[in-house]
Amino acid sequence: MTRTFRIVPAIALAVALLGGAANAQTIKIGVNEPLTGAFAASGTYVVNGAKIAADEINAKGGILGKKLELVIEDNKSNPTEAAAVAEKLITSDKVPILMGAWGSSLTLAVMPKLMEYETPMVVETSSSGKITTTGNPYIFRISPPSAIEAAAFKGIVDKLELKKVDFLIINNDWGRGTAEDFSKMMKEKGIAVGTVETMDQGAQDMSAQLSKLKGTDSETIIVTTAVDQLTLIFKQAAALGLKKRIITTGGSQNPDQIIAQAGAAANGTMHLTTFLPWFPEKTPNPEATSYFIAEWKKRGYDFAGCTESFRGYDGIRTAAAAIEKAGKAEPAAIKAALWDINIKGLNGDIVFRKSGPEGKESGQSQPNVYLIEITDGKIGMKTL
Amino acid sequence: MSEFLQHLINMLVLGGTYALLGIGLTLIFGIMNVVNFTHGILYTFGAYIMFIVVHQLGVNFFLALPLAVVAGWLLGAAIELSLLRPLRGSDIDTTMLVMIGAWIAMQSGALWIWGGVAKSVTTPFPEAPLVLGPVSVSWLRLFVLAAAAMLIVVTYLLINRTKLGCAMRATFQDQDTASLMGVNVDLIYTSTFAIGSSLAAAAGALLGPVYVIFPQMGDLAAVKAFAIVILGGLGNITGAVIGGFILALAEELGAGYVSSGYRDAMGFLIIIAVLIFKPTGLFARSERVG
Repeated sequence: MTRTFRIVPAIALAVALLGGAANAQTIKIGVNEPLTGAFAASGTYVVNGAKIAADEINAKGGILGKKLELVIEDNKSNPTEAAAVAEKLITSDKVPILMGAWGSSLTLAVMPKLMEYETPMVVETSSSGKITTTGNPYIFRISPPSAIEAAAFKGIVDKLELKKVDFLIINNDWGRGTAEDFSKMMKEKGIAVGTVETMDQGAQDMSAQLSKLKGTDSETIIVTTAVDQLTLIFKQAAALGLKKRIITTGGSQNPDQIIAQAGAAANGTMHLTTFLPWFPEKTPNPEATSYFIAEWKKRGYDFAGCTESFRGYDGIRTAAAAIEKAGKAEPAAIKAALWDINIKGLNGDIVFRKSGPEGKESGQSQPNVYLIEITDGKIGMKTL
Repeated sequence: MSEFLQHLINMLVLGGTYALLGIGLTLIFGIMNVVNFTHGILYTFGAYIMFIVVHQLGVNFFLALPLAVVAGWLLGAAIELSLLRPLRGSDIDTTMLVMIGAWIAMQSGALWIWGGVAKSVTTPFPEAPLVLGPVSVSWLRLFVLAAAAMLIVVTYLLINRTKLGCAMRATFQDQDTASLMGVNVDLIYTSTFAIGSSLAAAAGALLGPVYVIFPQMGDLAAVKAFAIVILGGLGNITGAVIGGFILALAEELGAGYVSSGYRDAMGFLIIIAVLIFKPTGLFARSERVG
């Protein structure tokens, strides 16, 4: 009896190993995104963008003669789940590289797992500075950290005649990092920083915070959060008669969705974004941008999602280029190859530069940042 | 001063909906003694019914509201008949586990049918708010407050002034005696659960258009509903209403004058204080303990 039971795990192991071998017909990339919870809309868009990249690569013959396969898992907008998903993708699906995990807190939770299993990850959205400065050599980020956003914004603050600003931020690494980096930049420019109000990532009623902001002597509010919460903020601010200028950061605003859902409340708002799907000719790679937007529309997705989904598209192309360059689907080789790639991203060339403590630097590319303004339900560009 | 007035207005609007959430649960949790984990999902269900009826069937917003209430009533009756009736008489833990299972299953169902991406419902109310001197409030929220107040009054009258309400109270005080007096106990169980559920669905149908609709929207709502019921005293409708307003006041003033980062914690600090100093809730008679 005891003997039989001892054999069971051995068989299970053999099946698992054989199963793994059978799957080696494809090359896998693990995708760790929020498909439910507070960031469901954004995470779903990123995954849809990733699928366009995978299909495009496979239509051209795949990578290293094999088909590219995306293993997509939902991290539920929850850091604990994000770490568990990373572990599952690496140990059970045996992916040699990951893309993820949308939010800064989610990515930060995944990072120790990357160290533990020595597997690289392309970070497509997160903007907390901590991600590339704490010395994790498995991180390769294609989105701008909030310091780059703040630096880009610095050029226009004089034109906007900012005197004093308040912040309304999502209470996590993303929001707090943004408030820190933007406050620093504001102070350098001699702009006063008033109160910093926070909101929980799942909060739906921001009236209390907005009532407080209505009463301060600042003329501008910098808001950092994702699209669902942003639409609620615009609606609730309008209901409270809050007339201050609102500028959002983070690149997860989906401006068209804000116009559709917040209506007139969106007029006069400005947004720091990292992609210009409305003006493909003004993007760094117009041809690739037009292809992506056409493909996005062909699949029947909401155009509003483009500002989010292009990161999934660029992220997968980045990972695929590194696998191709490495010549084999092994984590160490891919990690080394990531330093040598140079691909034409939809928001600038993706080339990784070293960031963080010497000897264990993370990779950071330098994407563009744009400021757009909504006037009469239309999107217009402001020059930075 | 104007900021304080605005916080008070916000408190009224928010408190009305908290009260609505609270009375639905106090009927089920307080009177029936069922730890109802499906309350949040019924709230979610009410909101999705609004979305379907308004956007996919193209029905008028004001007609959709009663439809959502009826749908909540039916789903509540179905839960009672299929899950709670076979378990009647079993201990509270068993029922609680089954209700947790039902919550997870129904939430996953909502995710499967409607996906995780939030939806929003358009309303016939003007976007420009009503401005009263230094404060302003949206028309939609005023309507929600009025509708909530109406539902609360109707529920109060139903429980305290009608024969059905009398039979409900009698049944949950002493089933056998009620049954001897000619009360159809089975019917009372089903209708109490269905009424509580329809109130949760009504809250969701009213608040869905104010916020956004997604499968997990009921989780925080349910936690708050439990807090309100405990605050007001189990089974006490007036207590649940006042509890709703106290929670809203604590959140508003906490976020406005202490720290917005601890907004959701404020309410729970009050609950902890209540449980330490008056464990039966603020408005319950002391005899309910044990």
